[in-house]
Amino acid sequence: MTPFQFDTEQEFFIDPQRCIGCHACEMACAECETNGQLPMISVDYVKRALSPQTSVQICMHCEDPACAKVCPADAITKDEFGVVHSANTARCVACSNCVLACPFGVPKKIELSDLMMKCNMCYDRTSVGLRPMCATVCPSGALWYGRREKLEEARPHSSPVHTFVFGQQEIRTKVHIMMPKGSTRLVVD
Amino acid sequence: MNEDPVPSKPAWEVDFPIERLEAEHVNRREFAKFLVLVSGGMCVGTAWVAVKDKLFPERHPPARQRICKIEDLSIGKMLAFVLTGSGTPCILIRLAENEWRVFEQKCTHLSCAVFFEPKLGKIVCPCHHGFFDARTGAVLQGPPPRPLRRFETAIIDGEVYAIASPSVSEKA
Repeated sequence: MTPFQFDTEQEFFIDPQRCIGCHACEMACAECETNGQLPMISVDYVKRALSPQTSVQICMHCEDPACAKVCPADAITKDEFGVVHSANTARCVACSNCVLACPFGVPKKIELSDLMMKCNMCYDRTSVGLRPMCATVCPSGALWYGRREKLEEARPHSSPVHTFVFGQQEIRTKVHIMMPKGSTRLVVD
Repeated sequence: MNEDPVPSKPAWEVDFPIERLEAEHVNRREFAKFLVLVSGGMCVGTAWVAVKDKLFPERHPPARQRICKIEDLSIGKMLAFVLTGSGTPCILIRLAENEWRVFEQKCTHLSCAVFFEPKLGKIVCPCHHGFFDARTGAVLQGPPPRPLRRFETAIIDGEVYAIASPSVSEKA
């Protein structure tokens, strides 16, 4: 029997509209000892004064990760499955270049350990065929991990999008965001 | 660089790839380059040692060398000097009225400069706290593997001389 590898058929989909702000994903993420019991996911209010709507942000695992490109210590790498790994603790010099470079604001510099830490799509779980912690606990399906056909069947009015436009820069990611049917990209200006 | 798999990438991205597979991959050409460079380096190094030995034979110091006058050095003091010819740095120590010692100043561990510490009555290497006996040059403590090289001394007409060969501790 061949050892189980990361299942590239399964993908991550985020639907910010479904986020109800319960923080279950943060709690689940922080239960994991591999990230020092700190949440690597953030639940943010979109516009606190006007609406209770929240949104959730995990690492989008860019195809051409800005965090890894700006790392002077070569601490951030992308593996053959497209997962952008958190900083190699032996190499990270806590310069915060990645924190400033990430267009999604994902990497955080943890002052306690003087290291950058970020979501690695629960690599310890996904590499053996389990779903990421946040996706297993999300009660509203805002965080969803699985096969694309199954999702498209369940949510016929949404399209998964993985192209983001930030000004003149176009970024493609491994993680998808759910947009209204027919959308092909998300333009952030 | 026609073997470059992705020629459009700038050199720094080729040298420091983000992709794990690329970062860990060592291709045949790189491995061969490494082998040739290392073995070539060793060949050149060995050849250089051989050539240096032939072209620049070791110069021997004169049989004896004047260091200073007796009254120049009081008891318990140290004087550093260099043996002419071989250029060996040495120290002269006056232990008592008529007790003089000359040792090579290089620690036998990693060649740091040793000095005489009159309070302890020992020769000290500050780098890794090696201690030598000031009378014999024997290792008392620390990492040095061998005693300090010692030279004989002679007093002729009120002047101290170092006798370059043969060294006492090497014979012993």
